[in-house]
Amino acid sequence: MFQIFCQIVLRDTRLALRQGLDAFMVVMFFVITVTLFPLGVGPAPNLLALMAPGVIWVAALLSTMLSLDRLFQHDYEDGSLELLLLTPAPLEVVVLAKISAHWLLTGLPLIVASPLLAVFMNMPSEGYLILVTTMLLGTPVSSLIGAVGGALTLGARRGGVLVSLLVLPLYIPLLIFGVSAVDAVLGGLSVKPHLLLMGAMLAAALPLSVWATAAALRQACE
Amino acid sequence: MTFPLSGENLTCIRGDRIVFSGLGFSVEAGGAVLLTGANGSGKTSLLRLMAGLGRPAEGTIRHNGVDIAEDPFSHRADIHYVAHYDAAKPALTVEENLAFWTALHGGGDIPSGLAAFDLGALKSVPARFLSAGQKRRLALARLVAIKSSIWLLDEPSVALDRASLDNLRAQIARHRDEGGAVIASTHAELGLEDAANLDLTAFSHQRPAA
Repeated sequence: MFQIFCQIVLRDTRLALRQGLDAFMVVMFFVITVTLFPLGVGPAPNLLALMAPGVIWVAALLSTMLSLDRLFQHDYEDGSLELLLLTPAPLEVVVLAKISAHWLLTGLPLIVASPLLAVFMNMPSEGYLILVTTMLLGTPVSSLIGAVGGALTLGARRGGVLVSLLVLPLYIPLLIFGVSAVDAVLGGLSVKPHLLLMGAMLAAALPLSVWATAAALRQACE
Repeated sequence: MTFPLSGENLTCIRGDRIVFSGLGFSVEAGGAVLLTGANGSGKTSLLRLMAGLGRPAEGTIRHNGVDIAEDPFSHRADIHYVAHYDAAKPALTVEENLAFWTALHGGGDIPSGLAAFDLGALKSVPARFLSAGQKRRLALARLVAIKSSIWLLDEPSVALDRASLDNLRAQIARHRDEGGAVIASTHAELGLEDAANLDLTAFSHQRPAA
């Protein structure tokens, strides 16, 4: 079973790296979106610093959004998904592997890029570590929740738009606590409750969304 | 006696339409069943039910006497389903594509799978350069690379040239000699002249479900 998990992660990673642009696009979108803010609101350092955590978090969630419709769509179209469903292992293992690969290919590059963008937004340097920590807790949740949306919209026309409508509202708690954790550190308050809540979200999303995604995939292939 | 695969009183509903009802079938070890019937009579739907993708609205399918809904994992480990789609990833080579599916099933014989459908020379070619017939051969190579006793083939001969069709016939004959069972829907000659014929027209409905 662990071997099946590894094989799927390996295959998805290899596919994404060979089709180079796909994996690169999400992180480029992230960088460009954040770059637009200083240009749009003007280069006032205090204003930018104030907005930094929120802007980076919103841009990260929107970038994740971009990649969701591809999560299962290609496998669905070329018949691979049916064969994955017929793998002699629980479908949840397959789903967890697909989501892990998605996080490695989108979540991880976003985390790596975020301190750089924090510099760009003139965020005080004591916020870098906590920004990365919240992203580390938050991006797996966004992949997990996004997978449910991606699986539910399989076969739908204009699935990309539909998935945004379904998933973005569910990202709101993540955004609130991600941003307020960074603000707490910058404001000299305790960060623990925010991080605990984000950890709780991850702990809840892990079983629930894997289960829901598997159910949606079975439905899509019936 | 217990059959490798059998079904009784099967009903399939798609959307609000009954595709077929009251359908039963059985295939014995070394046996073959040929599904016939007009387009839309439910050949693909029946094969998907047999594979375990979706459940019949009514009736049960048994694998060696065990309801496949009760023990889906050993069912899945022992069947092959070759559908209309070839599930070939364009960015992976022929060998990598086959190796992935083989690994998911706990290993198998990749070289003999490639050899059975003359894919040896193509093994390091990315699948995006393959023709429709070559992709089909890649899908069929799974049958040989991964051992399992029941083959469910949905129009396996589509896009195949003469030589590949002969290969497919040879593999089906060998599989049956080894005690495997084959259930296929096809319009081409697969060397299944002795197969039991299951005509879905007799069970099909063209009216909406009540």
